[in-house]
Amino acid sequence: MDILSILIMLAKILIIMFGVLVLGAAIAVFAERRVSAFIQERVGPNRVGPQGIIQPFADVVKLMMKEDIVPRQANRFIHDLAPIISISIALSTFAIIPFGNTIELFGRQIKLMIADVDIGILYLLALTSIGVYGVSLAGWSSNNKYSLLGGLRSSAQLISYELSMGLSLIGVIMISGTLRLDQTVLQQTAYWWGIIPKWNIFLQPLGFITFMIASFAETNRLPFDLPEAEPELVGGYHTEYTGMKFGLFFLAEYANVITSSAVTVTLFFGGWHLPFAEQWGLSPLMLSLVQIFAFFAKVILLVLFFIIVRWTIPRFRYDQLMRIGWKVMLPMAIANFLLTGLVILGLQWFGVMK
Amino acid sequence: MDSQDKIIRKKDLSLLQKMYIPEILKGLRMTIRQMFKPTFTSQYPEERFKPESSFRGRPVLVAENGVERCVACGLCARVCPALAIEVQASETELEKERYPIKFEINMVRCIFCGFCEEVCPEEAIVMSNEYLLAFSSQQEALFGKEKLLKSTEELKDRLEYLRNHR
Repeated sequence: MDILSILIMLAKILIIMFGVLVLGAAIAVFAERRVSAFIQERVGPNRVGPQGIIQPFADVVKLMMKEDIVPRQANRFIHDLAPIISISIALSTFAIIPFGNTIELFGRQIKLMIADVDIGILYLLALTSIGVYGVSLAGWSSNNKYSLLGGLRSSAQLISYELSMGLSLIGVIMISGTLRLDQTVLQQTAYWWGIIPKWNIFLQPLGFITFMIASFAETNRLPFDLPEAEPELVGGYHTEYTGMKFGLFFLAEYANVITSSAVTVTLFFGGWHLPFAEQWGLSPLMLSLVQIFAFFAKVILLVLFFIIVRWTIPRFRYDQLMRIGWKVMLPMAIANFLLTGLVILGLQWFGVMK
Repeated sequence: MDSQDKIIRKKDLSLLQKMYIPEILKGLRMTIRQMFKPTFTSQYPEERFKPESSFRGRPVLVAENGVERCVACGLCARVCPALAIEVQASETELEKERYPIKFEINMVRCIFCGFCEEVCPEEAIVMSNEYLLAFSSQQEALFGKEKLLKSTEELKDRLEYLRNHR
């Protein structure tokens, strides 16, 4: 590790953390408000800056200047800790996402991902399960029945959906034979018969649907936003939070949306792979830039999908949520990986695949 | 016993509906189509809504050639259900012989019912199309003659409407 590589690492971390996640979350908040307005035939925020694009930053400034209120009976330490857990988990999950191919800069190979870890997907699953603590501790430490219920619901929901999320990924892992996400992406850059890109969504449609539904539940987005169900639980786990501590939860939610979109893109939509871009005859650096752009375009499309789904579907009841989680999603995920395993075994039997 | 006690059983969902995802796609198609529909919001401080002539805005006094039509008969003050109008009559050399030396409408009290307009025998008080009535004090809401007088040209639409519909 010399100085330059440390600097490159720092640059990557700063760009991803502030450029993609914090800025991206702010823009996602703005997009959510504008898109929901368009769906409801409204205009949405359009006053601050051109077309209202600076609105989320104005909101952040407002939240910063607000008074920080802690309930009298609350456990102050945990009350402060919970949003920090939420935001740090949300920011650190992006570390394993490869957002571009390896590029050559300053005469050295730079992998366009922050943490090049062997366990890849497992790191992601582990961190998202720590994310439960942020929500449930926030609910518990507020000393408020509604917050507590929100926190409890959230932990029950996340635990049940984590299971089907993990199981739905096993199919992808079996196909790619590795946990490293950069390898998973590289395998998706090939083509069938020279036309169809070998994206995992074509091989694992069932796994994709399961993963998508589970990631909606993981990010606490509507159909599954029971932890903060306003009509029943006031504000859910963040009822007792004010100012920037509330803002951190808000930011974490949108950072999570961006991260889970990025994970979906990486695992199922070929990551940074833009079909046929490598045949355009661009220089390697230009090609990498195009691919980075393609990756973020895919992520933005998925975030928009998240937003549109939120304004389409009503919330599930709690028993429906649990029934779907345990009686539909889990069997579906298990069936998916059994089926994938059988097909792989069969292909190996006939010698098509090694 | 009779038809009231019968259990109404809804149709069961079909298999495709139970699978849920096709129905979600239908809903998504609906919302996405909705996104591209035009909005009807007007950008208020820049764009002002111009009411039709049938609109009952704040009541004003009609001024013909710079002199109010009002003869200070006091019918409007009498009919006003919110007691918002105060008239004091005086004599004048003009043909109409009487005129209001003081004509005051308390805009905080006014309920825009339009009775004053209806009762007026001279068509001297009409409802205008002005609706921007925000005050920061009670004193500000007392509209005297200088604020109430408006020329016939300005009120042409309303006067025409009244002539056609009365």
